[in-house]
Amino acid sequence: MRFWLGTAIAAAALATVAGTVKYEYFFFAGYTVLMFVVLATAWNILGGYAGYVNFGTPAFFGLGAYTAAVLYKATALPLALQIAAAATMAGLLGLAAGLLTLRLRGIFFAIATIALVVIMETVFINWRYAGGATGLQLLRPAPIPPFESYTKMLFVVMGVMAIAAVAIARYIERSWVGRGLRAIRDSEEAAEANGVPTLRLKVFACVVSGALMGAAGAPMPMYLSFIEPASTFNLNYAVGALASPMIGGTAHWAGPVIGAMLLASLQQIVTVTVSNEINVLLVGVLLVIFIVAAPEGIIGLAQKLRRKLASRRKAAR
Amino acid sequence: MGMFWELLPEAILFGILLGGFYAAVSMGLSVSFGLLDVPNVAHPAIMVFGSYCTYLLAQQGLDPIVAGVLLMPPFFLLGMAVYRFYYEAFERRGAEAGVRGIAFFFGVALIIEVGLILAFGVDQRMVEAAYVGVAASVGEIRIPLRMLVAFGVAVVLTVALTLYMSRTFTGRAIKAVAQDEPALRLMGADPVRIKQWAFGIATGVSALAGAMLIIVGPVEPALDRVYIGRTFAVVVLAGLGSMTGTVAAGLILGISESIVLMQFGASWAPAVSFALLLAVLGFRPQGLFGR
Repeated sequence: MRFWLGTAIAAAALATVAGTVKYEYFFFAGYTVLMFVVLATAWNILGGYAGYVNFGTPAFFGLGAYTAAVLYKATALPLALQIAAAATMAGLLGLAAGLLTLRLRGIFFAIATIALVVIMETVFINWRYAGGATGLQLLRPAPIPPFESYTKMLFVVMGVMAIAAVAIARYIERSWVGRGLRAIRDSEEAAEANGVPTLRLKVFACVVSGALMGAAGAPMPMYLSFIEPASTFNLNYAVGALASPMIGGTAHWAGPVIGAMLLASLQQIVTVTVSNEINVLLVGVLLVIFIVAAPEGIIGLAQKLRRKLASRRKAAR
Repeated sequence: MGMFWELLPEAILFGILLGGFYAAVSMGLSVSFGLLDVPNVAHPAIMVFGSYCTYLLAQQGLDPIVAGVLLMPPFFLLGMAVYRFYYEAFERRGAEAGVRGIAFFFGVALIIEVGLILAFGVDQRMVEAAYVGVAASVGEIRIPLRMLVAFGVAVVLTVALTLYMSRTFTGRAIKAVAQDEPALRLMGADPVRIKQWAFGIATGVSALAGAMLIIVGPVEPALDRVYIGRTFAVVVLAGLGSMTGTVAAGLILGISESIVLMQFGASWAPAVSFALLLAVLGFRPQGLFGR
């Protein structure tokens, strides 16, 4: 109940922001932040709950973006259908990758996902119709009323996707699927011995996670009016999607949301005021510090603090 | 198709040289990941770091190979420090170390890469030496001398490491840790100290590999990304930790990449190692010479 109230408040906030803020740049930057919320939430379904590290975010994201771009070029498909097609394609990629490598230990899956990124990038570099290495210029259609600008519309679309992604992640977390995934993370042998269908759950998580990443990539060509392989399959998406849950906390659905909001906002500010390199360095350093010193993330730190305060209060009484 | 058969011998010869080089750059990972089970995805980044150190020394007039050998002791110490830190922060705490261990090395790779960008910029760097930019002719085929030099160093490195692992006491101890750590502990040996030593060796070897990397071609900070695929493909295809396997796998990768390069062009070449890796993981995860 509280969650649905939260969802309603988030949706209302999204609508209010879209209705009142006048700066176009706010929507431009806000879109990126919300996109990282989707990516981090999607990553956490497999990476956080089941403990399988996925470096392949750019592969799923990029496949989604290219699916949307190619469909738009071929048939001028409306955005909603582009997103649906992108999610389907990326989900299928998740299914194939999962079936091929999720039988193996975690590190092999992690390396296989890096491989996916390079293979995807190579395929699209060599595909003439999709623009090859030089990329594809796309003409945006007019925004659909009540939106007066296309960027604002994309901002709201991404906001809705972020809310949907969090709802899906939370549903999985609370259901028997989530319990199964956590059992896999703690001890795969024990889970298997206790009758948890480990492979099926892992593949399911991989498909859902991949589909959400693909959906997050779908509006990207419209957002930039352009698509090209090097920036679409950039490893920085993998870094953001992995670092956000690690920093926010992987055990709870709110962890990736907090992490992505913080990290992506910080990155936007640093990129504009200092430089893009410093921004990547910052993420790397933050990631290492959190992994070593605060493995439960910000959520874990907050819980620890609350427990400490509670015990102190008890002692005072 | 006539063209294909005409060019094939040259492609295979070039592939063998390239493969020897790939085997050499994967040696360090074959020890750290193959034998010690450390998810060292920062291995290629450390290697590229070695290339830049070689570049700096070469600017002072040193021969790049000499520079690479000189860099081995400091990199050995660096590796020992990295492993100690990894052990204290993750391995000792046991549970869930998998995810965080991988993410940790990923973060380290990222920091090295961006650090190099900040220090040197994104431009490519290369070294000057008598054997860079010259070619030797074998019949009608021209072989760049730098590839031959790298191949020679690779052979020496492989032989030395194989002998070290099979003949010396420490080498055998490292293999023993890989085979059965609890047994070693029961016999009163300290597996952590042996692993620390082995990780130091793996990192020291990476320094020389880095020197060869910059001899073979120009280097840029983001080069480690392609080499994640190449080195892991070689180590997994080899069957974890097998030195002979590493050479065989390096040759397989080198020859396939060279043939694809000749037949389909340079834009397809980076995908070869990753496709090979995926195929091995999917169909023969224990590798060719699996233990």
